[in-house]
Amino acid sequence: MSNKIRTIKVDYLARVEGEGALLVKLKADRVIDVKLKIFEPPRFFEALLRGRHYSEAPDITARICGICPIAYQMSAVHAIERAFGASVDGPLRALRRLIYCGEWIESHMLHVYMLHAPDFLGYPDAIQLAREHRDIVQRGLQLKKTGNEIVARLGGREIHPINIKVGGFYKVPTRRELQPLAEKLKWAREAAVETVRWTASFPFPEFVSDYQFVALRHPDEYPFNEGRLVSNKGLDIAADQYDQFFIEEQVPHSNALHSRLKDGSAYLVGPLARYNLNFDHLSPLVQEVAREVGLEPPCGNPFQSIVVRSLETLYACDEALRLIETYEQPEAPAIDIEPRAATGYGCTEAPRGILYHRYRLDERGMILDAKIVPPTAQNQKTIEEDLRRFIPNRLNLPLEDLTWQCEQAIRNYDPCISCATHFLKVNIERE
Amino acid sequence: MPRSRKPKLAVWKFASCDGCQLSLLDCEDELLAVAGEVDIAYFLEASRAVVKGPYDLSLVEGSITTPRDAERIHKIRRASRYLVTIGACATAGGIQALRNFKDVNEFLSIVYATPAYIETLKTSTPIADHVTVDFELRGCPINKRQLIEVLSAFLHGRRPNTPPHSVCIECKRRGTVCVMVARGTPCLGPVTHAGCEALCPSYHRGCYGCFGPMETPNTASLSAWWQRLGVGEEDVVRVFRGFNAYADAFRRESERHEQ
Repeated sequence: MSNKIRTIKVDYLARVEGEGALLVKLKADRVIDVKLKIFEPPRFFEALLRGRHYSEAPDITARICGICPIAYQMSAVHAIERAFGASVDGPLRALRRLIYCGEWIESHMLHVYMLHAPDFLGYPDAIQLAREHRDIVQRGLQLKKTGNEIVARLGGREIHPINIKVGGFYKVPTRRELQPLAEKLKWAREAAVETVRWTASFPFPEFVSDYQFVALRHPDEYPFNEGRLVSNKGLDIAADQYDQFFIEEQVPHSNALHSRLKDGSAYLVGPLARYNLNFDHLSPLVQEVAREVGLEPPCGNPFQSIVVRSLETLYACDEALRLIETYEQPEAPAIDIEPRAATGYGCTEAPRGILYHRYRLDERGMILDAKIVPPTAQNQKTIEEDLRRFIPNRLNLPLEDLTWQCEQAIRNYDPCISCATHFLKVNIERE
Repeated sequence: MPRSRKPKLAVWKFASCDGCQLSLLDCEDELLAVAGEVDIAYFLEASRAVVKGPYDLSLVEGSITTPRDAERIHKIRRASRYLVTIGACATAGGIQALRNFKDVNEFLSIVYATPAYIETLKTSTPIADHVTVDFELRGCPINKRQLIEVLSAFLHGRRPNTPPHSVCIECKRRGTVCVMVARGTPCLGPVTHAGCEALCPSYHRGCYGCFGPMETPNTASLSAWWQRLGVGEEDVVRVFRGFNAYADAFRRESERHEQ
């Protein structure tokens, strides 16, 4: 190998949600450039929300992402309720937590079994994996289905649920209507424990970083809809201070805006961040299984995020069961909402990390402007930084293997490109 | 289709939320059976293995919004025996077609600091505006049971059975009391294509048109009924400007109320 520039190119990253590419330029054994390109066409949600009524925001923003529509609906309703000075408590709050558990299970199990596990085991996809390990893939599909059933039971359907509104729900279930879910969740909880043991047995590359983790933190719960924004490096702010601490900037190679902290540093959001910052709020069962597989925090290896996703799935099953057991049907499906001219901020924990919404509304409840920052946009910079450090020790690998490993390193973040443009192809260039 | 070899299935994505192709992965009970009947030759959301065309059946998700995509869809058409669009984006331009009623440059500058980096067309258009489409499956998102019906129909060389009547018929079949008559809740059900199994009314909510216009919808009459329920002119415009805003019947109705 000479001083020539070599490139690693993945023109169209597979097993990610949306369209993106990776371009890596190498000179001798130095990485001179890493670009995660998002060519997913822009859809201009922040622009088309202007002039819409506040009641439409949960249904419109859900359409940003078919994998995590609940996250969009939850950030939207919380932001708007905050603007109007409304607060949803009691059983309605519990139902919101329950439907979010459903989305975490569905989204995490899609990623763990269908998108990420094939990398660790050397298969191109889960269909090929199923030819040799049908029982395992079936277990993943049934877990995913359990998550989807929670979303469909409460939301009407799995994708773009119709039952979420500002103030609560259009219709709430009876205690009895939730009972069939409890039976399935008891199976799912056992299957999730097996999933944690299975993923913990995968071969993980030695690759640990001192990341800046950012996640929500609630005084006594593992976070879904509420909490302060905290980091392991001293950040501790309310959601409505987000714009003072984080900025989004446009880079020429991507249709997705990049986020960073105002001091210029990259940060990491998602399962690894939540887990490291909130381990003490996981249920005793999840903590016990985490200790059994030897994955107590701090965990700074992004490849192990697949184990953390499995642990979070276990938590979501456990928490969903608790919520169903303690559920009492509320008298009304929603609280009354009185629009007023105000700005509202909402930040919730989407499966991939914090999802920030901000709405400025007039006295009739019409949206004057909107800002939406999805988790993948926030992780782009960290993904690029990971690759800069990951590649140099692996330059002796054949190009094809190196390319696959780069793809795998990107999939650690379960990037959702549809979200990020409101992202993946890999190109490695060598000189 | 000849049964001597497995038919090749491809899934393509344009501007969209990924939800309609996800519907295939959401068929948890049927997915491995489907994978046994077809050769999944191109489905990047699910696999990094790519088999070359031509393909027996292409499922297309998303709308055409960039110059590159306007060319790509022609290549896909040429490589496909049958081309079926899935969902409101591919069939009507999707929610992103709201730009068609505005100046796209204004939209660009709202979202991006340097709009010049972004390549986009002035409009978001359905696939059928660009190439011949063999079948359009409606919905935002599509109904996964209808997706299985479409796959099975094309694999056996028959037309899919997806009724074109209104959501009203689905409500009657389900035994849901009419939300408009009984509660005075404005509902798009009378003019909206069936397929969701009349979900919203069963949750005490009016239909908001995910499946687009039914065949021969009387949108003018429905708007008049809405206005009798106290819905204002500008609200009627917004209601027809949802996920199927650029579908002919809905577009014309919203424009009628804009003047």
